[in-house]
Amino acid sequence: MAKIELQKLVKEYGKTRAVHGIDLTIEDGEFVVFVGPSGCGKSTTLRMIAGLEDISGGNLLIGGEVVNQREPKQRNIAMVFQNYAIYPHMTVGQNIGFGLYTSKLSKAEKQKRIEEAGKTLGLEKLLDRRPAALSGGQRQRVAIGRAMVRDPAAFLFDEPLSNLDAQLRSQMRMEIKSLHRRLGTTIVYVTHDQVEAMTMADKIVVMRDGNILQVGSPTDLYENPVDVFTARFIGSPSMNMVEGTIAGGNLSVEGAAISGLTLPAHEGKALIGVRPHDLVVGEATGAGLSATGTVEAVEPLGSETLVHLTMGKAQVIATAPGRVVPAIGSAVSVHAGVGSLYLFDAVSEKALGRA
Amino acid sequence: MTMASTKELAANSRDIRPGRIITWTLLLIGGLIMITPLLFMFSTSLKTSGQVYDLRLIPAAPTLDNYIKVLGDGRFMQWFFNSTLIAVTVTISNVFFDSLVGYTLAKFEFRGRYFIFLAILSTLMIPTEMLVIPWYLMSSQLGWLNSYWGIMFPGMMTAFGTFLMKQFFEGVPNDFLEAARVDGLNEFTIWWKIAMPMVVPAISALAIFTFLGNWTAFFWPLIVTTSKELYTLPVGISSFSAEASIQWELIMTGAAIGTIPTLLVFLLLQRYIVRGVMLAGLKG
Repeated sequence: MAKIELQKLVKEYGKTRAVHGIDLTIEDGEFVVFVGPSGCGKSTTLRMIAGLEDISGGNLLIGGEVVNQREPKQRNIAMVFQNYAIYPHMTVGQNIGFGLYTSKLSKAEKQKRIEEAGKTLGLEKLLDRRPAALSGGQRQRVAIGRAMVRDPAAFLFDEPLSNLDAQLRSQMRMEIKSLHRRLGTTIVYVTHDQVEAMTMADKIVVMRDGNILQVGSPTDLYENPVDVFTARFIGSPSMNMVEGTIAGGNLSVEGAAISGLTLPAHEGKALIGVRPHDLVVGEATGAGLSATGTVEAVEPLGSETLVHLTMGKAQVIATAPGRVVPAIGSAVSVHAGVGSLYLFDAVSEKALGRA
Repeated sequence: MTMASTKELAANSRDIRPGRIITWTLLLIGGLIMITPLLFMFSTSLKTSGQVYDLRLIPAAPTLDNYIKVLGDGRFMQWFFNSTLIAVTVTISNVFFDSLVGYTLAKFEFRGRYFIFLAILSTLMIPTEMLVIPWYLMSSQLGWLNSYWGIMFPGMMTAFGTFLMKQFFEGVPNDFLEAARVDGLNEFTIWWKIAMPMVVPAISALAIFTFLGNWTAFFWPLIVTTSKELYTLPVGISSFSAEASIQWELIMTGAAIGTIPTLLVFLLLQRYIVRGVMLAGLKG
């Protein structure tokens, strides 16, 4: 168990900076998910925590001690890799036990731990099998088992579910989460999938271009994104963005009628964000934003229908109840209620507030 | 003619296609050319000295006298032992050092890595005949002439083996090595326990080639050894011809016995050899 602190952490490859001096505290027992697009520096940061990448600047503390110069093995962390990294020439039991290769535990104790991990992960009947005979999900469990037996201060996961199919992915998400609840060990988890971040994390760290954009709980990030990037990255489908202008306390958006909003203090161009689930097909029932658009495509999902619309120059996604499937090419009305609009500065793309 | 009917026709005439006949004929001729000397070697080894120039494949009066004579000669057993010792030692050395260097070149970033690799690779372009003189000078100045070490040292590590192993280690995903690193293994153990088992096909190919190459090596052992006790099998066998008159039947008997390990290697490890040739060809 340990608290992990990143203090002005920098990673440079030659003259290129991959991570720009980030600060973050990961509390003991916390489930923290780093999320961001490819190349945002999330994996590099994880690898610095693991000790697989040299730290170019700043400090990394695990359990209150600076570990910049320590070898991975001296940091007492375990890592699960994207391709599982389970050894094809060893059985499941040997693979799990390999996490204890350097440990000084007795043979009986090692065996006990292997069996316990096997049991926890539902692998007890597979301990003598070779990895080649396992499914993707089972392989991933073996990799987790190898990390578990070491009883480390923290688990690091590097996109562990990317190679699994959608159904297995959602199952493994829940398994990892319940494992965390049971073990209570600090977990640092890297993914590019915002659904994984939202469903698993206690705390999400959104990264982009080697910087941390925002840190917060899933709801916090969803409700109060600090900028356009986070707003669009978190939530699926992505938040709609249309251009508008705030002048003299009034918001105007081309082709839309707006009423009854309390606007943040701002003058000039703005980006107005509205989540597809807040932009509902149908006539307006109260104050807020209402507009008309032409249906370009529909995605009936059963419980609801996603309606892709052209509104003036903008492309947006709105939702309609499950049984309503508007005809393509038809004109439909949409509206978003008060409190569901997110306003951003058009230049800096920073959040201005909600209205 | 449509595509379908062309295919059908081809399928029906699969066994009598002219291309196949030509291929099989050529392969058969090639096989005969290669096996004939081998058969004559065995045949001659069963003949008496008077029958040697009687070119019948099956000897008129086959005898095992030559085998008794050769195997009863203490020197022959000594040469067999020398060859075994040298081929096995050099093979183990190659598997160990070529893999270690290949792994280092494939998996570690360090200044001069590319230069070192090129330097190793460039030695592949120098023919053995040119290297023999420096080897000899080295051996003579360091007192290695006429010793096991003198015979073995030039082959203890090879550029080809290093290159082969490097190419294979490059195919081992870094995640495996990093996972072991996080689990606390030292670099040597990672190489030995994780990386090596993942390139077993390459190791077997390298081991087979090295063993066969050293078992049949003639030129360098001939030059570096002077006392008969240190001769390897090929050098020893050839020495039969130097004494008084050429005793072909004894040379052929020695060669036949000397071929047995080679044949065994081929027969038992055929699968690996074919794969090894393919791997080396594909990768190289």
